[in-house]
Amino acid sequence: MSPPPSESAASTIGGHSESGPAANVSFDAELARAGANVNSRWGMALFLAKRYPLGGVGLAIVTLFILVAVFAPLITGHDPLATNPSISLAKPAAAHLMGTDFMGRDLFSRVIYGARTSLAVAFGATLLGVVFGVLIGLASGYLGGWVDLTTQRVIDMLQALPTLILAMAMAAALGPSLTNTIIAIAIPKLPSIARVIRASTLSLREMPFVEAARAMGMSEMRIALRHILPNTLAPLIVLATAGLGSAILVEASLSFLGLGVPEPHPSWGRMLSESAAEYVRTAPWLVIFPGLAITFAVFGTNLLGDALRDILDPRQRTSN
Amino acid sequence: MPDGANDMNANVPVLDVRNLKKHFPVRKGLLRKVAGHVYAVDGVSFSIARGQTLGLVGESGCGKSTVARAVIRLIEPTSGEVRILGRDILSLSKDELRESRRQAQIIFQDPFSSLNPRMSAGEIVGEPLLVHGIGNKKEREERVAALFDRVGLRASQMGSLPHQFSGGQRQRIGIARALALDPQLIIGDEPVSALDVSIQAQVINLLMDLQAEKNLSYLFIAHDLAVVEHISHRVAVMYLGRVVEHAETRALFSSPQHPYTEALLSAVPVPNPRLKRQKRLVQGDVPSPINPPPGCHFHTRCPYATEQCKVEVPPLVEVAPDHWAACHLRKPLVAVV
Ligand SMILES: Nc1ncnc2c1ncn2[C@@H]1O[C@H](COP(=O)(O)OP(=O)(O)OP(=O)(O)O)[C@@H](O)[C@H]1O
Ligand code: SF4
Ligand SMILES: [Mg+2]
Repeated sequence: MSPPPSESAASTIGGHSESGPAANVSFDAELARAGANVNSRWGMALFLAKRYPLGGVGLAIVTLFILVAVFAPLITGHDPLATNPSISLAKPAAAHLMGTDFMGRDLFSRVIYGARTSLAVAFGATLLGVVFGVLIGLASGYLGGWVDLTTQRVIDMLQALPTLILAMAMAAALGPSLTNTIIAIAIPKLPSIARVIRASTLSLREMPFVEAARAMGMSEMRIALRHILPNTLAPLIVLATAGLGSAILVEASLSFLGLGVPEPHPSWGRMLSESAAEYVRTAPWLVIFPGLAITFAVFGTNLLGDALRDILDPRQRTSN
Repeated sequence: MPDGANDMNANVPVLDVRNLKKHFPVRKGLLRKVAGHVYAVDGVSFSIARGQTLGLVGESGCGKSTVARAVIRLIEPTSGEVRILGRDILSLSKDELRESRRQAQIIFQDPFSSLNPRMSAGEIVGEPLLVHGIGNKKEREERVAALFDRVGLRASQMGSLPHQFSGGQRQRIGIARALALDPQLIIGDEPVSALDVSIQAQVINLLMDLQAEKNLSYLFIAHDLAVVEHISHRVAVMYLGRVVEHAETRALFSSPQHPYTEALLSAVPVPNPRLKRQKRLVQGDVPSPINPPPGCHFHTRCPYATEQCKVEVPPLVEVAPDHWAACHLRKPLVAVV
């Protein structure tokens, strides 16, 4: 897919105009605002970054976290799991940039490796939630009837519970492990994703281009995959990115409560719970750095999610 | 080109519709009980011969789109009979229906929502070929290019997305898609209603050229008579789910037999101001099809309505040779049994 060449876009819009020359005055400005003169991928990226600066910041933060998670061993020389009682609770210094915890583990490397856990859980849960949410939503909206009725009732029940409570219940039931944490966080995501997909499926199902596909003899399955699903992508991407931040937060909360990712994976939430009560006065860095990591990760993903929503799905925009 | 098999049944109408009904249930309350029905289409009959166009006209909500969708089973009719090239469409199984869809295609009103915004124009036009497994990739591409050329688009635009075309161009894409399977019948559900007047004429001319070339039959739907006059061989006028008048185009325009048609005709703008027809637009709104008025549906707005009209449904009868109307004022040519 290549972006429209500016000329054809201009003539298209010009062709529609019925209001005469007066309406043409701001055309160029409007087209530029709408990105009509952008004609390369990089041009598009630059245009979007200019139009949505906060989204650019969010993207930068998220990219940074991904890079940190991927290249963690290259960033820090310390083993995040190696204990050394002799330097327990060392202050931040050149050797240990963020100090050490009560077992003498290097906090910097634990925060860096914590990004791995955090992102693995956030992306894993989002992916899982999206795959199953989409399947449920598509089936519900497309098949209708009793399939729709039953799933709607189950979804209502799931949605009646707050995300964290539901995730806690799931995590407690499944037992602590990385996979179970991912599942526990994915389940509360299902209702909202299934809802959005169902709603757009319901409206898309009646679209003339879907009727045209049916009229040419296309099977319902193929219609769902070729004509319905691709057109639900925009709200789906919006919802998925918007959910990344909350997934990170829920993981931290679960781990804080001891229901989340178990040892030996370093988790920001657990780092907080290990040190919050006892050391917050004597060794505040143990709380500050993991806390900052959580804050920035959530902040970045939320900024990105908001910008993506504005770009892909302007109807969801709240007035501001 | 019609092939040999089709030549043999040249007299079989391409589309033959008998007493078609579609009643939508209206559901109310928590238990979604059926509280009534929308009598969207209530006993419509017509047939279209090869190479001919039937114009189907009526105000918004009278059931035109429902007819269009029901005759190709995009929705299941409540009752009635639909034959395409002599074949009973309503009795076909799902698979037979899918195969038979090659014979009848549809063009929609809205040039924006009728094309998938995420597919290129070439993909859209080529999709019917893909669905029916026609040709290999290269052959399909050539066919799509030929179709583009035929409907007045440049083959170089095949890679563009729908939003990069104007309304008229998009309607041409829709026409090319409908032509891809070489159908005998094309149903146009207000195919020009959303276009500028100048572009309407271009699209109608394209459709007429295609008809002459391929001997196509059209069911051409519009909400105003002026649009169908040029393209239609015959015209049927619908009111609240029923056909109230049906005749050859010239006869219907020169001597309308039903008061509703008369009213519609007086609303058609006349180019020559000196010949201005007597202004008499239809008064009032279309009654709801959920509880249509008893008797003649039109009696709430008809200037000639009598007591009889309020209770007795006027049947559609031949009031002049090959000219049918459903009005108590008109006496049938031959007494109906
Ligand atoms: N799926 C449906 N369920 C219930 N009622 C319906 C449904 N589809 C159409 N109707 C009703 O049937 C009647 C006829 O609708 P239809 O779309 O056929 O009218 P139309 O003549 O095509 O009108 P327009 O000019 O607005 O397109 C309308 O009253 C409409 O509200
Ligand atoms: S039957 Fe009566 S109400 Fe109906 S169109 Fe004729 S005169 Fe009018
Ligand atoms: Mg309609």
